[in-house]
Amino acid sequence: MADNVVFHFDVDGEDFSSAGGASVTVKKKLRQLGISQEYIRRVAIAMYEGEINMVIHANGGTADVIVSDEEIKIVLADTGPGIPDVSLAMQEGFSTARDNIRSLGFGAGMGLPNMKKYTDTMEIETELGRGTTITMTVKIA
Amino acid sequence: MKIRELEGLLSAEVLTSDQKLLDGIVYNACCSDMMSDVLAYVKDQGVLLTGLVNEQVIRTASMMDMVCIVFVRDKTPTAEMIRLAEDYDIVVMKTAYRAYEACGKLYTSGLIAREPQD
Repeated sequence: MADNVVFHFDVDGEDFSSAGGASVTVKKKLRQLGISQEYIRRVAIAMYEGEINMVIHANGGTADVIVSDEEIKIVLADTGPGIPDVSLAMQEGFSTARDNIRSLGFGAGMGLPNMKKYTDTMEIETELGRGTTITMTVKIA
Repeated sequence: MKIRELEGLLSAEVLTSDQKLLDGIVYNACCSDMMSDVLAYVKDQGVLLTGLVNEQVIRTASMMDMVCIVFVRDKTPTAEMIRLAEDYDIVVMKTAYRAYEACGKLYTSGLIAREPQD
């Protein structure tokens, strides 16, 4: 691949039922680029969890996916409330999601741990009241 | 196990239209109403049993490359959910059995966790 391939999405924070649409699109695009199934699934799951988090906690945001010869980078940015204690948020089972979110099948405190599990690197930049940017990479070389 | 056999074992009603997909094979199963737990469990060609009814069930199964979703306790997915599943080539069926009974029937019929290459 001579140049990086970039995909950009606006994630609608108002509509839970359509959340995950960007991840589904990325999955299809990566398949068209000939990326192997294993990498595609890891990217899709990590991005899907991130998208759901943005809808649940931050009223949406943006998702960018940059595909190079060496890696797939996913950047999820929101202007939500920020994460007060990142290390606590990274613990499996810890969640601040409301009960109505749990009734929809999410908010089990597995989102961030799953994102870390399926990617090679994950960085969280967050500021209370300003928002959160999560950058993840999956190495494909 | 063929998806068609699941239909018989669970006395299930298939809700998606592509009959060819019923010849697909499932190698393992996962039963949960928590989609993040499903996302923590990566296996190819699985079946998801759930009592949760919303579009994220279909998207989660698609992310995991699952080939079949069984809604238990006669939970009925919406037309939009069925359309999404058809887009992703996922078979959707519903059964009157409760989750515990449905899992027991599949397990005792030989659907225990296996890798696709086994």
